[in-house]
Amino acid sequence: MKTNTQRNWACTALALGILAWFLYYAQNNFSPYTVQILNLVAINAILAVSLNLIYGFTGMFSLGHAGFMAIGAYVCTLFILSPDQKVTMWMLEDMPEILVNMNLPFFPAVIMAGIVACLFGLLIAIPVLRLGGDYLGIATLGFAEIIRVVITNIPSITNGALGIKGIPAHATIWWNYGWLIFTLFIICSLLKSNVGNVFKAIRDDEIAARTMGINSFFYRVLSFCIGAFFAGVGGALMGSMISTIDPKMFNFMLTFNILMIVVAGGLGSITGSIIGSVVITFMLELLRVVEDPFSIGSFEIAGVPGMRMVIFSLLLLIIIIFRREGLLGTREFSWNSLFFMPRYLKMRKQIEPGSGKDFGGRAH
Amino acid sequence: MSSLILKNATMRFGGITAVNNFSMTVPEGCITGLIGPNGAGKTTVFNMITGFYTPTEGSIHFNDRQISHLPPHKICKAGIARTFQNIRLFSTQSALQNVMVGFHVRQSNQWWMPPLFLHLREEKQIRRKAMELLERFHLRDVADMPAGSLPYGAQRRLEIARALATDPTFLLLDEPAAGMNPQESTELMSLITSVRNDYNLTILLIEHDMKVVMGVCSHIWVLEYGSCIAEGDPDHIRNNPKVIEAYLGEEYLKYA
Repeated sequence: MKTNTQRNWACTALALGILAWFLYYAQNNFSPYTVQILNLVAINAILAVSLNLIYGFTGMFSLGHAGFMAIGAYVCTLFILSPDQKVTMWMLEDMPEILVNMNLPFFPAVIMAGIVACLFGLLIAIPVLRLGGDYLGIATLGFAEIIRVVITNIPSITNGALGIKGIPAHATIWWNYGWLIFTLFIICSLLKSNVGNVFKAIRDDEIAARTMGINSFFYRVLSFCIGAFFAGVGGALMGSMISTIDPKMFNFMLTFNILMIVVAGGLGSITGSIIGSVVITFMLELLRVVEDPFSIGSFEIAGVPGMRMVIFSLLLLIIIIFRREGLLGTREFSWNSLFFMPRYLKMRKQIEPGSGKDFGGRAH
Repeated sequence: MSSLILKNATMRFGGITAVNNFSMTVPEGCITGLIGPNGAGKTTVFNMITGFYTPTEGSIHFNDRQISHLPPHKICKAGIARTFQNIRLFSTQSALQNVMVGFHVRQSNQWWMPPLFLHLREEKQIRRKAMELLERFHLRDVADMPAGSLPYGAQRRLEIARALATDPTFLLLDEPAAGMNPQESTELMSLITSVRNDYNLTILLIEHDMKVVMGVCSHIWVLEYGSCIAEGDPDHIRNNPKVIEAYLGEEYLKYA
């Protein structure tokens, strides 16, 4: 048992080392476009893992992720813009003096972004989490839209519909992957402990969970706020990475992209969210090819903008029809399962209902 | 000594009175039973005791403390645990995890501890205690299997094990022997009796199997249409003409 733990830590360290080497190599040898995609993978992974905590592990159907990202992006941006930039850019209305002089380095700014998003999460969670199922989805969707409209209409703080440009590009590949690993560490350690069991218990059967002495409302709010925190962090990183934000960016499509990653990867699987964000982020870029004009023989076909979303929706349909639980279902990667793959496979064969002779519904 | 007291508890849903003016005093340390025809309001009584319903009138006291307005999780913390008529396990989680969730209510670990590795010591204890409990209920071999894929009898036992993990002094069992054959229900009842002695529990159970009820319960309440029509020891109930008429009927003669 002990040697296993040591071996697992060693493997984790080794994997982190390989990742670091890969990122270093990518930064120096890959084109800026590819590096940008790698950045996007990390940010999408942070967002997907945080949404998976809310939806996949605690069973709350939330469509408010874009709202939290918007809050995170704006808060972080206001902290890292220089006073000069703020004075010149705010054309619609002047910015209050106190905000102009507000400045923080990048790391604390991202943390502030997460904290403010988390506070808004708490604010919305207390009335809204009394709802369940689809109603919760609609309420959180409404919340995200409210955030967007409010941001558009307070130009003295957010520069309104003009958005903010020239945000210092602090979010390098190191920051993004650093935050991804931090996110994974926090969320995985929670999920592996008894707190994770409690989250999943609420997802599986809330009435039974409450009977077992679980304050389900508290844990639902907790999960929602942790998810909101990391959504805020993801939004902050995204703002700094693409160096321009405006309210239109944080519409429903953004939430939908994240939701797509979570569902395709597997609700209730962190590994699935990571794989999903790698696959889907790369595919979203690679499929740009289909939007280019092309010719078959003598026919010239003009490029259709938005064509890749059609292909994407088709792929999603295929996943939903043939593999509803997503790529990984609720399975997780672990070093133990990797090292004991043969034994593990044999065990799984016994457990799976239908295939097992001993457990297939026989009364005991 | 009495642990649970219902005083004139009444539960109305709109125009329907599910439980009408029901009073009971459950003596400490006994196995007692609540019986009655389908729809008599037995499960509603359980739901009132465990805090899912607040009685429209009347009050519930547990160990000299009024609990009729507490939410379910606080009632669990006060020491009342229950199982469900239609099994309610955390079906995607393993048997071990199900029981570990039960231990959560008494754990001193806070939610923010895991990222700082402060939870490990207590978590290890919980895991060990959960395994012991599974062993007690003959579930050790299936500890890592998803609860939803266990056979029916094992799911019933797991639900009781999970309820015991919350360290209760009072256990409510809602039809523990439902769907079991006579041999299985006899085994279950001897298990329940031995568990009662080991954990020093007071048990109140709902059951339709008269052999079981008459065999283990020292005191029985009979509900019909939400009202208590009789109470007393098994012999008293057995010979009560009202009960025979309302509920036992021919079945009673068969087992007598």
